[in-house]
Amino acid sequence: MSSTETIQELTRKGYQAGFVTDVESDTLPPGLDEDVIRVLSRKKAEPAFMLDWRLKAYRHWLTLKEPTWQAVKYHPINYQAIRYYSAPKQKPKKDSLSQVDPEILRTYEKLGIPLEEQKRLQNVAVDAVFDSVSVATTFREKLYKAGVIFCSFSDAVREHPELIERYLGTVVPFSDNFFAALNSAVFSDGSFCYVPKGVKCPMELSTYFRINAVDTGQFERTLLVADEGASVSYLEGCTAPMRDTNQLHAAVVELVALDGASIKYSTVQNWYPGDAEGKGGIYNFVTKRGIAHQGSKISWTQVETGSAITWKYPSVILKGDDSVGEFYSVALTNHRQQADTGTKMIHIGKNTRSTIVSKGISAGRGQNTYRGQVKMLKSAANARNYTQCDSLLLGDKCGAHTLPYIEVKNPTAQVEHEASTSKIGEDQLFYCRQRGISQEDAVSMIVNGFCRQVFKELPMEFAVEAQKLLGVSLEGSVG
Amino acid sequence: MSLLSIQDLHARVGDKEILKGINLEVAPGEVHAIMGPNGSGKSTLAGVLAGRETYVVTQGRVRFDGKDLLASNAEDRAKAGVFLAFQYPVEIPGVGNLHFLRTALNAQRRAKGEEELDAMDFMQLAKDKAKLVELDSTFMGRSVNEGFSGGEKKRNEVFQMAVLQPKLALLDETDSGLDIDALRIVAGGVNALRAPDRAMIVITHYQRLLDYIVPDHVHVMAAGRIVRSGGRELALELEEKGYSWLGGEGVGASKAKEARR
Repeated sequence: MSSTETIQELTRKGYQAGFVTDVESDTLPPGLDEDVIRVLSRKKAEPAFMLDWRLKAYRHWLTLKEPTWQAVKYHPINYQAIRYYSAPKQKPKKDSLSQVDPEILRTYEKLGIPLEEQKRLQNVAVDAVFDSVSVATTFREKLYKAGVIFCSFSDAVREHPELIERYLGTVVPFSDNFFAALNSAVFSDGSFCYVPKGVKCPMELSTYFRINAVDTGQFERTLLVADEGASVSYLEGCTAPMRDTNQLHAAVVELVALDGASIKYSTVQNWYPGDAEGKGGIYNFVTKRGIAHQGSKISWTQVETGSAITWKYPSVILKGDDSVGEFYSVALTNHRQQADTGTKMIHIGKNTRSTIVSKGISAGRGQNTYRGQVKMLKSAANARNYTQCDSLLLGDKCGAHTLPYIEVKNPTAQVEHEASTSKIGEDQLFYCRQRGISQEDAVSMIVNGFCRQVFKELPMEFAVEAQKLLGVSLEGSVG
Repeated sequence: MSLLSIQDLHARVGDKEILKGINLEVAPGEVHAIMGPNGSGKSTLAGVLAGRETYVVTQGRVRFDGKDLLASNAEDRAKAGVFLAFQYPVEIPGVGNLHFLRTALNAQRRAKGEEELDAMDFMQLAKDKAKLVELDSTFMGRSVNEGFSGGEKKRNEVFQMAVLQPKLALLDETDSGLDIDALRIVAGGVNALRAPDRAMIVITHYQRLLDYIVPDHVHVMAAGRIVRSGGRELALELEEKGYSWLGGEGVGASKAKEARR
């Protein structure tokens, strides 16, 4: 059997998170105007500053054009056909999980994210976002005792408005780009975390995003602030049902690492990628950025296996002297998936360091573009960057592209860039099979080996998850 | 009773016929050496037996352990006990050497209905077998063949063979690129694996290897056929005269039958 056939066979395993949950939803009709934003803000009982900010963002958005520079193709999005708010009907406040719709709890259970007390992951606090709203946050009390605030964005707006007002939009202003502006206008929920001075967050934090409702856009917003000397490790996971229309997911994540703080942000993205012919799937247009103050560290790790289109560049502004930025990425495109992803490392402070390790895997007719910017400003004396960009091709109908942008304005700064493209070889496969390893296992083993540098950056249990996910996503990959 | 029986085997790559009628019988416990000039088809024969798909068998039969070998794919042949020590072992970056080997061993054990070895038991087994070819533990933690020297790669092949315990080992130019010390180590490992229920086919260009791995039978290939078969002394004759004296040999001169039982 040729590798082509095996991969095709593997493909049939299919997307395993593609079911729909039957819950009653409180949904706004499709369409977007200032009234929709007002209703949304009122539904969430937001303070006036939030509504003002949303409206400003909306008005700015109206002046913007959708970007076209990215190397992805899709039909124009009709922003008036999207529902900007969908929330599962439930009692307004969920002090305990018993008030969460059991259907929703079952959904998370099916996805392997049990929210019930006794089954929770050891030492991982989870905020579960279902369609547009946060339905449950676990371990809130325990974290609160340590001084850590971890809650849904909506709760944070009500309970800690001073923190929101202080930090919201400081890393990704609403004027940043088309999708960030849209998100700023209509974001419905997300997660918020604040780790106070000198506190090491006692557990992993995690948000699990699930799109369920049809024709709904998911616009969540995450804001994470690590105060001086604080440290936190944060994880997000995402899935969606299989639907044959495209759904828009335009999120914004802002990270603030104050002096000496450390933030590790990991993503395992498994939105529905569409079927083998490219029908359906999520458009994942996300803006993620962190600002690193003096001596702090921000590390992004992402495993992107889902979505019809991925467009995201988790970035770090290395503002403070001696700050560190890292970006570790695995992006896999199979069938007709497209990914244009990478990072931006903006070195402003002296002795700033950044590391970029990007692993792109293209299979089927997938197109995978690494787009990365390394910028050393005039002030960035002795700054260093190391970039490694590897592409792996499975089959001959897919594509891999590497687009590095390097700008150095300080003569003492150093930038290193290494890139490689390889094809999964018949020789490698034969070597494995000659030892008795099946073709599927061999492909999955070789690809996992290729990604090892990135997987080892993930927290243990998620590294295992990511490996499994890669195996499933590789279905039909050598074409 | 033969473990391996090859009859009139023809194979091609693309449009080019490379094997043009190979006949060979190998009994358990025997070591056969196949020699011959470059391009004579030695490595192709090994590849065909191991199930490499770039080779297309156009004619002939191969029976292994009583079954039609050509009917099964590469992984099933491996599970049935065919092992190929590669001339050029490939690198698999990021895949741990031991993880790879344990996956292989357990796939083979599952196929035989045996229980899989857990990490601890496997580690013990690997340590024992590594001694055969003088591999140290740092080497075992590295990725499959990645950054290995030529000698290390070949030792790794023999190490894998020691762990997998095949019925038939095909050693494809295992001596190529080895200095004399490495050759001695590799040959020592191979000799330690000689067993009454295991056959080996040692493919080599040079008779040097046969000073260390002493074969029961020697065959000489030229232009896709076995043109001479004999005992140990045939290798020495080749060493002395080179391959050129075989130049005029045709089909009729094949002494392949001598190798039959």
